[in-house]
Amino acid sequence: MTVFERPKSLADIPMHYCPGCTHGIVHRLVAEVIDELGIEGRTVGIAPVGCSVMAYDYFTCDMIEAAHGRAPAVATGVKRSDPDNLIVFTYQGDGDLASIGTAETVHAAARNENITIVFINNAIYGMTGGQMAPTSLPGQVTQTSPYGRDVNACGYPVKVCEMLSELDGPEYLERVTVNNVRNVRNAKRAIKKAFQNQIDKKGFSLIEVLSSCPTNWGMTPEKALQWIDEKMIPYYPLGVYKDRSAGIGPMYKKEAAE
Amino acid sequence: MTEKVLMKGNEAIAEAAIRAGCRHYFGYPITPQTEIAAYMAKRMPKIGGTFLQAESEIAAINMVYGVSAAGKRVMTSSSSPGISLKGEGLSYLAGADLPAVIVNAQRGGPGLGGIQPSQSDYFQATRGGGHGDYHMIVLAPASVQEMAELTIRGFELADEYRMTAMILADGTTGQMMEPVSFDFEVKEPPAKPWATTGTKMARPHNIVNSLYLVPEELEQGNLDRYARYELIKEKEAKAEMYLTDDAEIVIAAFGIAARVSRNAVDEARANGIKAGLIRPITVWPFPDKAFKSVLPHTKAVLSVELSMGQMIEDVLLAVNGQAPVTLVNRVGGMIPSPEQVYQAIVEAAKKGGN
Repeated sequence: MTVFERPKSLADIPMHYCPGCTHGIVHRLVAEVIDELGIEGRTVGIAPVGCSVMAYDYFTCDMIEAAHGRAPAVATGVKRSDPDNLIVFTYQGDGDLASIGTAETVHAAARNENITIVFINNAIYGMTGGQMAPTSLPGQVTQTSPYGRDVNACGYPVKVCEMLSELDGPEYLERVTVNNVRNVRNAKRAIKKAFQNQIDKKGFSLIEVLSSCPTNWGMTPEKALQWIDEKMIPYYPLGVYKDRSAGIGPMYKKEAAE
Repeated sequence: MTEKVLMKGNEAIAEAAIRAGCRHYFGYPITPQTEIAAYMAKRMPKIGGTFLQAESEIAAINMVYGVSAAGKRVMTSSSSPGISLKGEGLSYLAGADLPAVIVNAQRGGPGLGGIQPSQSDYFQATRGGGHGDYHMIVLAPASVQEMAELTIRGFELADEYRMTAMILADGTTGQMMEPVSFDFEVKEPPAKPWATTGTKMARPHNIVNSLYLVPEELEQGNLDRYARYELIKEKEAKAEMYLTDDAEIVIAAFGIAARVSRNAVDEARANGIKAGLIRPITVWPFPDKAFKSVLPHTKAVLSVELSMGQMIEDVLLAVNGQAPVTLVNRVGGMIPSPEQVYQAIVEAAKKGGN
């Protein structure tokens, strides 16, 4: 009896990710969701520039490699080419989505573009060797903030779910993490909902996944997972920031208060 | 009899694109080409197409990248400063061997420049426009009719060679109104087995990509692309020859500069000067052979441009020192007058080519 196997839509090749990196977990969750929804044959994934740049090799659905930060615009084009059949997702890191690609992210959300975004927030630029990210925490030491992120000089982290939740456009925004089994299961539920929303033509769904980067954080994998609990979650609280269909979001609270 | 309609050049481009089967257009407002977006905004929803005003030029060209990757005909248009922003996307389209049509209604630069016509994006267009080794097919219309024809040809060439085709127009040709006929055949797009249309669980996954970390593979990709470019140079270079059979003074000019120059050539002929005009219709590939063919009787070449002298470099390469080449130009949104060009012809004829 098989009790555990590789998802069909995850290619059987070695990944390039560092030991202890949570990209592998999130890739697996996306692949499991694609399998369970039976959509591999009509799914097109968009890889970013960053650590997950080679995600196009890891998923067995059709894949496109986009320019840095432009994945939501590329996804918009792909989706609009065949909106009734194609399922389109982007897989982007924090530098890609929340720094160089902020405009593309915000406007795809504002249009309620019917796409799914998996957003990996690990508070650092991993691929280029650990520079300060738009989501690096105040005081966080990186290669380009060697004395700790000074908010007076470089400003504050971008809280993507909070920011986008103020827009009328997007359907679904949720922040999850994958630093323990319970959180992994919860992340899978959220990612599945984000794909189901697209199948149901509800529109833009973004799942922000707080992730670890042991290599560039200079920690053991275990310590890095703890750091998510201790440092990241207090700054980036988990939860649903917007669910238009369920009436969850800042604008609905305001209405309720009035 | 073929029906003709009176249209602006920019509108003719838009209508031609639709007739070429383009059902996806993405753009960002910029003068002097907004008629294209306005036309698409009106027409696309009526024919099941997509018009989307993008948040930026950068987003627009990447939406083009997405539609092209999915195998459909797609277009964007802009003017000089906007084309600079699209440079990144043009490079990625080239790196991933994706077809698309890009319109540049050139205006004066550099920087924000002005909104009057220019040809000062010639280098940018003919040398690629973004980073890396690549070319676009660059078509230079000189009439509203040609704007329609070359737009359709652009889609065909882009698909055939899997690369971008640019319509290098200018503020004047885009704005002027002339009768235009759309009575021509459009080739069906070829099959695109490489497109990311979903595997339908019937084939291995397709990957549209421009990243090659193994240098040997990246080198080979460049070599393959340039082998294709050689074929294009051989087969697709095109120019109009006007009174060049016996011409001693030959003008090189494209687009609006060619229309001005044609008048000057007529005046020169009326005054007994053997003048002629070579009008490149493709500026990449540059029609070298057209120039080589007139060299036996040519005493001087004048490059008439709305730039500080950009096409003249290609003219010099084509002429290869066998005749003197002189620049006749206006810039900043100014257009050389027929009189200015005529005087330059007279001057060249006096010198006898020396």
